[in-house]
Parts: sequence; structure tokens; C-alpha cells
Amino acid sequence: MLILTCPCCGVTGEETEFHQGGEAHLKRHGPGASDDEFHTYMFAKENPKGVHFERWRHNNGCGKWFHAARDTVTLEVYGTYPAQTLEPPQDIRDAITAKRPGWTWRDFA
Amino acid sequence: MSTRLAKTGRLVDHSRAIEFTFNGKRLKGHPGDTLASALLANDQMLVGRSFKYHRPRGIVASGAEEPNALVGLGEGTRFEPNQRVTTTELFDGLTCISQNHWPSLDFDIGAVNTHLSRFLPAGFYYKMFIHPRPFWKHVYEPFIRQSAGLGKASNPGDPDRYEHFYYFCDVLVVGGGVAGLQAALAAAEAGSKVMLIEQTAHWGGRSPVDGGEVDGQPVAEWVDATIAKLQGMPNVTLRNRCMGAGVYDQGYALGYERVADHTPGSDAPRHRLWRIRAGQIVTATGAIERPLSFAGNDVPGVMLASAIRDYAVDFGVSIGDRTVVVTNNDDAYRTAITLKQLGLEIPVILDARQSGGGALADEARALGIRVENGKGIAKVKGGKRVTGVAICAQAGEGAVLEEIACDAVAMSGGWSPVVHLWSHCGGKLIWDEASAHFRPDPDQPPKGAKGEGFVIPAGAANGAGDLASVVSDAHAAGQAAAKAMGHKPKGKAPKASTSEEAPMQPVWLMPQGAGIKLRMKSWLDYQNDVKVSDVQLAAREGYESVEHAKRYTTLGMATDQGKLSNINGLAILSDALNQPIPQTGTTTFRPPYTPISLSSIAGEAKGEIFQPIRKTPMHGWHEANGADFEPVGQWRRPYCFPKGEEGRHEAVNREIKQTRASLALLDASTLGKIIVKGPDAGRFMDVLYTNMMSTLKPGRCRYGLMCNENGFLMDDGVVARLDEETFLVHTTTGGAESIHGHMEDWLQCEWWDWKVYTANVTEQYAQVGVAGPNSRKVIEKLTEDDISADALTFMGWTEITVAGIPARVFRISFAGELSFELSVPASHGRALWDALLEAGEEYGVMPYGTEAMHVMRAEKGFIMIGDETDGTVIPQDLNMDWAISKKKDDYLGKRAQEREHMADPNRWKLVGLETLEGEVLPDGAYATAPGTNANGQRNTQGRVTSTYHSPTLGRGIAMGLVHHGPDRMGEVLEFPKVDGGIVKAKIVDQVFYDKDGEKQNV
Amino acid sequence: MSEAITPLNGARFEGLATIEDAGLTGMITLRGDLSSKEVKAAVQNAVGLDIPAQRQALSGQGTAVLWMSPDELLLMCPYAEVAQIIAALEGALKGQHFLVANVSDARTFLHVSGPGARETVAKLCPVDLSEAAFTPGMFRRTRMAQVPAAFWLDEAGTFHLICFRSVADYAFNLLKTSALPGGGVGVYG
Repeated sequence: MLILTCPCCGVTGEETEFHQGGEAHLKRHGPGASDDEFHTYMFAKENPKGVHFERWRHNNGCGKWFHAARDTVTLEVYGTYPAQTLEPPQDIRDAITAKRPGWTWRDFA
Repeated sequence: MSTRLAKTGRLVDHSRAIEFTFNGKRLKGHPGDTLASALLANDQMLVGRSFKYHRPRGIVASGAEEPNALVGLGEGTRFEPNQRVTTTELFDGLTCISQNHWPSLDFDIGAVNTHLSRFLPAGFYYKMFIHPRPFWKHVYEPFIRQSAGLGKASNPGDPDRYEHFYYFCDVLVVGGGVAGLQAALAAAEAGSKVMLIEQTAHWGGRSPVDGGEVDGQPVAEWVDATIAKLQGMPNVTLRNRCMGAGVYDQGYALGYERVADHTPGSDAPRHRLWRIRAGQIVTATGAIERPLSFAGNDVPGVMLASAIRDYAVDFGVSIGDRTVVVTNNDDAYRTAITLKQLGLEIPVILDARQSGGGALADEARALGIRVENGKGIAKVKGGKRVTGVAICAQAGEGAVLEEIACDAVAMSGGWSPVVHLWSHCGGKLIWDEASAHFRPDPDQPPKGAKGEGFVIPAGAANGAGDLASVVSDAHAAGQAAAKAMGHKPKGKAPKASTSEEAPMQPVWLMPQGAGIKLRMKSWLDYQNDVKVSDVQLAAREGYESVEHAKRYTTLGMATDQGKLSNINGLAILSDALNQPIPQTGTTTFRPPYTPISLSSIAGEAKGEIFQPIRKTPMHGWHEANGADFEPVGQWRRPYCFPKGEEGRHEAVNREIKQTRASLALLDASTLGKIIVKGPDAGRFMDVLYTNMMSTLKPGRCRYGLMCNENGFLMDDGVVARLDEETFLVHTTTGGAESIHGHMEDWLQCEWWDWKVYTANVTEQYAQVGVAGPNSRKVIEKLTEDDISADALTFMGWTEITVAGIPARVFRISFAGELSFELSVPASHGRALWDALLEAGEEYGVMPYGTEAMHVMRAEKGFIMIGDETDGTVIPQDLNMDWAISKKKDDYLGKRAQEREHMADPNRWKLVGLETLEGEVLPDGAYATAPGTNANGQRNTQGRVTSTYHSPTLGRGIAMGLVHHGPDRMGEVLEFPKVDGGIVKAKIVDQVFYDKDGEKQNV
Repeated sequence: MSEAITPLNGARFEGLATIEDAGLTGMITLRGDLSSKEVKAAVQNAVGLDIPAQRQALSGQGTAVLWMSPDELLLMCPYAEVAQIIAALEGALKGQHFLVANVSDARTFLHVSGPGARETVAKLCPVDLSEAAFTPGMFRRTRMAQVPAAFWLDEAGTFHLICFRSVADYAFNLLKTSALPGGGVGVYG
């Protein structure tokens, strides 16, 4: 069972306090978007073996959403950071690079 | 015969006797006995029958690895099957029964299988019962079901109490033997917060049996001193009777504490499941001795050499007067020496090694014991107990050299480290050629949240041999764990005894060239009756993967999970496949280490706290007035309120008639209520709902639809605008939490620059629906505020004082009658309810339940989330285009609803359905269409979404989604019933009652 | 007006710990910019307490301020004073972006006291409740068995615990079961 640190309230808690909410850093394609754009936004999700960025909500806690950079194979948590960002912060990327040199995920590396 | 020795038994209190029963027979034991030692002390060699062949079986081991001696323990609701006698502490009044036999343990009809075993090889069931196919269901399966299963199921009900406990420590040490004690001490002395758990009731493990010295003291004394020292340390928690059941991701471990199994009748919880989060876990779980594979190795009286030693030293029980020892290593000599010193006979030690043993062998010879090198057992004599052994050369094919009478056989095939906990979470193993066992690979530990290794093996569990290496390895493990937690290790490992032993020699089959007759009697897995010949057959038939061979033969799949059989089995498999053992590998170790009670997993969640039951402020009244509850999420809502002998249907009809005729009350407190406030609240409401909400005026209400980004309907409800910046959103009962989460998701993750705050105030308010032509009158009796038709128009709300309580009153209607919803602080909910009942007496007021509400909304053609919608329905399917704003650029789901399939005119659309004969359509029934689909099923053209008997109209009414439905008014559809009949229904307008809304507009 | 009734209506259980209905208590949700001087002044003015640090609870005489999230506080005060305090808050925060809501009736409020209090709560919540880890003044929102709950500890070792009103019976029975005699774990207290 994972342990995660909520960047919003600082609690390090077990997985049962949190709720996973799918892929992070999605760009919303609403009205005006092409069929392809909308389809990709809605349905084409990453399912990597390795580095992954996810949305989590501290639902049995402060109620805030945040992002987690995680490894789906080793379950290592590279870091958590607030959801109000369009890309992973540099220190998180560096932490991943230290463990998984050459990693890529969508447009990030 | 097995019997009690007078002088030994360090764990039992010889001065006191306690009584227990086995198969109704009254027997005596001593405090400190396990059920196993007490049975053996009473010469109960035969304790059960094997699963497949019903062979007589006795106790083999002295600990958690025991495969044979499983009993049904206890009586009545406390009966529990498959309890291992070796890990069951004896208590006064214990009752148990043996398993898997009929009619009795001594005379078992099923034992005929053992004579048929030639015809019941591995895979027999798979091969036999596949043809002819139709036989499976009616002939084979019923037969197999009857003979399947080990032990009898427990009786329903469990009167005992169970609990969880969340605990956090730096270092968890699993195993209270010498290694665990030293590791715990090393970690604790470095300053770590340490928890040390031990599965048995005693500290020290097997070391007091084997002797030796640690730190200049006899090991038993060192154990006592170390425990005392640990108990005195504030940073150490000790728990015995607490098994490390499993190691999971990121330092999570389960400790299974059997708090009160040995003290029945005490007020303590029976089991406590420790949910431990540790920084580092040290597995000092010891090692398990392996059996040897020779013919008849399952005859009662053939036991592990270490177990025979344990019973003699710990419990003062001798298994036999004449014990033959058979081994491939030096350790078993300790058993021979121990027994000999107790005055028992050792006719011979059969050492399979041509070169024989080391110093211990010399010691045995010096005691006058005959030792035969290069020899083994060809066959064990005896049925329900050992009567003798036939000796052969290990190198040969089993030609009998000599027969020796004996009543016990002590066997040792070497030792396997207990690597289970190390492996549970991904720790890898390496094959140790010298000791012929798998041990933890120090370079590949399970990894934690930061990528760090978090499990460290210690002592025998790490493959350490003699006491000195166990102590130093454990000390290093404890220090390493503390260091990983940022603490500074100090001190050196205490000195301990070394022992020079001759190398062991792997013996996977005895004798090496045993023919098929012998191999068919050489057991690998005792509990599942898997023999050497079965594994060899699996290999021949192509089951080359160890995981496949396991499942085909069922080797290691019994309740002992192959603790004794695993290594022997895969060695046989490797040999058959002509490949080295590491290449074959092991099967996967999964938690729990030994079975744990399901009740301990449930913990406190039983009876009234099995799950949270949500109750409204009026729940007590409902209960006291005969409400027939239904679950709605975790809420309990009255379905109806039957009176006297009335059934559900009559009660619902009565409640509806009363509502339509006069006055009735609905407890609507469960409806979700969420405040949305801020300068951008209107903008936010407009993306949340399909319709325009920002134009709603303070004091007014509007019904709205919410879709997810996929375009599908997810919730509906009435929105009230409280003031310029504030909306009060009503959601469905089930939607309160999820819709609040949905709002926060979009506000936090997409539009975080919008100035909007939300608050879920669902539980702040009790809400009462007051419905019926007399609803205004009854409220007017309780308020001085003006709620006249002019002052409070339809879809308006205002603040009033009712029955002295400040309230919001919403003039909305779901029943289609004049009705109001009153919302008051929850603490006053019951008072409001009581006041309305009293004031409404003159109108014959009564409460109505959810079913009456459903029927009345269906009479009005209103949709219900979860009935008309199922996650694939869009508002357009429900002809609710009127609730979709054309003016808005955006709302959640808008883009999705523009997709080709969503805009397809062939989507099924909502209509009313009126049965021709007035009967009620079956719920979920499909309307058939001509022809069949690609699967040969009848084509369909619609389905029923809601269906009820309408007491108002006196017939069945329904709504459904129908292909081109709204264009086909008057057409008759056919709905097949489950019983083969057909119901015909006409497509009609979905509003069955008061089409012009005159009733609610008064 | 009728008398307000708490969901547990004064229930009390004495076992390894004492579990009791803490009675009617005013509770006010305040959402806003917790770092702003306006919010600080409004809270100070309303209940005489500061803005607590992250995951802290500050308490006064019959009042408390609990840190719920980075933009949310829960103010506790006498039940009868809620309307007046809300009015004061709204007045002080006029023109700011904030939300104030009366949630005094939305929760059940319990006290868990006595030597067994830590162990009683630790049977239900996945939180390190050792004396070293959980100290007076800390406020923790978490899960209690199957429902959300939150608590803080006062100097006397009493847990002040809140969870939703509808599950008051469940919460009380959970704590009661955990505090039944014979269930002492023997690690805290």
C-alpha cells in the first residue's frame, strides 16, 4: 500500500486517505476542438511501464487535488506537487532523471 | 508409542493437568503444551486423513510448517476448520475433531483411494472429467463437489471480537528467535523505534533446544536476559503470539496477533491485526527443515528430526522408544544425541552421505549409536504408525539390505531459510549451492517509496548456519536497519558458539535410483497428496514452468502453501527437466505466511458497525413508526411506511393517494446541498450545468442538468440563487459527495484562477417535502410569514420562520402537486417533522417514502438519475433539449455531445409506455424488433427505464428509451417477459398526470 | 424555538476510554485567503484567536480555530453565538472573496478521553498516535474506519473528534467497540 505526501497539507498518509484520479497534465479540449483533439483528450491516456504522472485527491484529508510523479513498476514516488501547474516542476524532473536517466513522458523529459 | 517423559519439557508445567477432547475422547495435557504435544503425549499418532487418498497421517512438524495435523477446533459458532495443532496452544476444555474421513478416523471408507492411487495421478481430474462434455454439469461436478474441500465450513455467526491497530515504527523485526532478539537490540541501541514480533508464545526460537552460548551465557539465559533488556527500553515494543503475516509495498506489514485464542472466555478481542508501517523490516524468520523423499515418508511416526527434538526438549514428549534417524546433514545427529541422552533407543543413524558426518557424528558414535554412511531408507513399514524401516544404499535402486524395527523415524533433508516475507513484496532469491537452499539476494531487496531497499534478512532466514554466524548476521541486520533510518549504530555483536559441521549433501530422492513403485509412495506434498511420481509425470507431459507444474499437480497449493514441499518438489522437477534448480526457480510467495482469520481482516467491521449507515435527523421517528427502509448509497431511507398488516404495495398506494388528495410529508434530508460562492460563481455554474444558471435571480430556483465531460448525464436537481454571489446546488442523494468532488476537481485543476468557493452543507440541513393540495395550509398554520401563491410563486424560495425554527422554503414540486420543501438546521429537523405531523392531523397527514416519490414523479413524466440514465444517456436522449442552453460557448459535456454518435438521430429516445391491458411492464424489459443480430439474438428497439403501477391512474405506467420513439406515438411495442409471455405497450407522451401542471400552480 | 438536538443526544460510554457527545457546538466554515490580513483580523475579531499554522488547532475559552486546508478554517464557538459571529465575519470580510457557512448542525462532535484514548483512536485511524508523533495542538483530518473524520488533542490528552452528523451512531459505536474492556493494546497511555 502506497504512502503519499500531500503537498497541500503536508500529511504523509497511506493510500486509503487518497483517491487516484487518472493522468495528470491533461490539456482540456472543449467546444471548438476537432474530433481528433477531443478524442485524444478524452480517451487516449498514457499507460506507461515506468515513470508516470498522476492526479490524486486527498479525499480523506484536506480535500485538495495534487499531482504525483510515480514509477508504475517499482512504485517509487519521485515527488508530489500542487495541481495548479501545467508541467512538472524542475526538481521533480531532476529527481526522476537521477533514477531513470533518459526518461520521457508525453512532451516531458 | 509416543508418551510423556518425566524429566524434560522446558515449556510445560508438569505439576498441573488440563483436560481436552479429541474426537470426543477426553485427554490430559499440561499448561504450556501445544495441542500437538498434548496429542502426542497421549499416543495420538494418527490425527487426520490426507486430502486425496485419505491416507492415515500424523504430526510431522512442531511449528507453522505442519502440513498434516489440521483439526476442526471448537464448537458451535466458534467452530473453526483446518487449525494446525502445532500452533494451537492447549487450554483447559479445548475440543477438536479430526478431518477428512468417514465414518471415522480409524476406519475410513475414502482410504480406498490409496489403493486406487495408481489410477489417480497428477492431472487425473482434468483428464478424466472432460469427456463427455455434458457429463460435467450433472454427473462429475456434483460428485467432485461432494469430495472437494478440506474440513467442514464454520457455522454462521462469530461471537468473538476482532480489531485492527495502526502502528508506526522505524524498524519492525519479525521473528523472536536469537536473530530477531539480537537484530532488535542492535537497532534499538542505535536509537530506532523498534517493534519485535514473534508468532509463538515463547522467545528464543529453536535455540534453547539446540543449546550453545551467547555472550558467555547459555543461550536460554541469554534469551531471557535480552528480553528483559528489550522490555526495559522505551523505544521497543515486544509482541509474542503475533505472526508477521505479510510484507507489502513501502514498509507496510501485517502482524496477526492471536490475543485470546489461548484464553477463551476472556474479554479481550480474539485477534488483533496490526497494520504496521515500518521504515525498515528485518526478517529474522528462521529456517524450516525439509523432509526426505523416500517410500512411506508419510506414515504416522515419520517426522522432521528437529520436531522430534523439539517435542522431547520443549514438551517432554517422546515420539517413540526406537527412533531411526535418516539425514543428509549433521544437524539431525543432534536429535539422535538428545534422544539417546534421554535414555531412548536409536537403532541406527542412516546418513545418506558416503563421507558421513563431522564432529556430531563422532559424538553419536561415542554414545554407542550405530551410524551407517551412504545408506538410506528404501521403505517405511507400517500403516497407521511406523513399525520399521527397510534400509538400502542411497546410491542404489532400493534393494533392501536390512530391516530394522522402530516406532519413529526422524528425517532431515537440510534446511530452507524462511524467505516468505522477504519475497512477498518482490525481494529476489539466489540459490546457495553449498546449503542447497534459496536465500535472499542481498542485491535485490524489495524497494520502498524512495527506491530504497526496506527489508533486511537476518540469521537463519538469511542462510546463516551456526549460532555465531546467526548472532553476527542479525547484529549487522539490526544495525543496517537503524542506519537506514538515520540512526547511528553502536556496539559489536556478542560472541557465540561456533560449530564445525560436515557439508550437507542434497538428497532429493531416496534412494537415488528409486523405481516407480517407491516413487509412487514418496510424498512431497503431504496435505495435497503429491508424490515424486506426480511431479515427474507433469514434467513428462510438458509442464516445464514451475508455476504450471504446481497448478497441474497441486504441489504447494494446500493450506500450508508448500512450506515443506516446495524445494523438494522443484528439485524433482529440475531433475526431470535436466536443468539446474535456479533455472527452474521457485513459485511465488504470497501473503499471508500462514492462514489468518477472515474476521481479523474484517476487524471491527461486523454487526452494527459492519458499514456506516447514514441516518437523517428524522431517522428515529421513521424507525419508531414502522418504516420499511431501503438503502440509498449508505443512507437508509424509508421506502414506505406500512400500517398494520399492509404490504409494501398497499402502503405505497395509500401514501400516493393521500399526497394527491390532501397532504403528505417526505424526509428529503438526504438530498445533496452544496454552496457555490464567489465573483465567478455564475460563470462556474454555467459550465457545470447544461442550462443557463448565471441568469437565475436571487430568490428563484431552477432545475438543471449536469453532464460529465463525456457528455453523459450524471446528476440533476434544483438550484436556488441565494444572493448575487451565491448559489445553493441541490444534488441527488447519491451525488452529494461526488458532485462536490467534481466541482472541486474543475476548480482546483482546470479553472484555478476563478474566484469560486464551494462548501458541502448536505448534513447541515434537515429537509422536509410538504406535498399535496393542503400543503400551503399546513405550513401557514406554523408560520406568520407570507407564503401565499402571490408572495411565493412556483420555483421561488424565501426565508421564513416555521414552528419557531428559521427555515428556507422552496416552492418546487417533484410529485406534481402543490408542494414546498422546508429546510431547517438538522438539530431542529425532528422538531419540524413533529410540528408538521401535528399541524397536519386535520388533513390526515402521513409520511410517504421513496417509492411513492418515484411513482408520483413517473406519473408526471419526470426523469430519475439512475433510472432513465445509466451513464450512457445524454440529455438529448431524454428530449431535454430545453435544458441545454444554446447561448453558452461552453459547458462540461458540450463538446462531447457534438460527436457524431451523440448527435445520431437513431439514438433511442424517451417516451411514455402504456400497457394495453393495464398491467405493469417488467423493469428493464426490452422491446423486440424483427430479425436477429449477428449473435442470433432477437433485435431490440427500446427498453423500459421506469415502470410502476400508478394508483392515481389505476394501471401500469412506464417510461422507456425507444428507437425514434417520439415520432412513433400510438405504435404498439412488444416486451417479452422472463417467463416467456409478452406485454404489449403503446408509445405515449411520458406525462401521464396533470399534463398542464395545473395542480402544482395553485 | 424548539430545542436543538445533537445526533447522539448526550450519549456516553466508559471503557478503556470515555467516549462522550461533546454537545451542541457552533461550527463555521470559513474559506478565504488565510494569509491575508483581512481574514486574520476577521478571525481574531470573531473568536479571539489567530490563524493556526498548517494542520494545527488553536483553542480558547469555548472557541477553537482548526486548519482544514490551505484555504479553509473551521471555527468553533458556542452554539448560540453562531449567527452573531457569522455576521461579524461577513461584515469584516465585505469586499473580499470568501465563503462563510454555518455548519453547526452538520457534524457530530465527540470527546475521547482517559488513558486509553490514543489506543482507541489508533484502532480506527491510519495515523501515528504515539506521544512522540501526535502532540497537543495538532489537527488531523483522516479516515476513521470507513468514514472521514478529524481530530485534535488538547493538553489534558482528550481527543476532540468530528465527523459527519449522519454517521454519528456509527462513529460512536466504532469508538465504543474500540474502547471495550479487555481491548487494551498496551503501547500507549
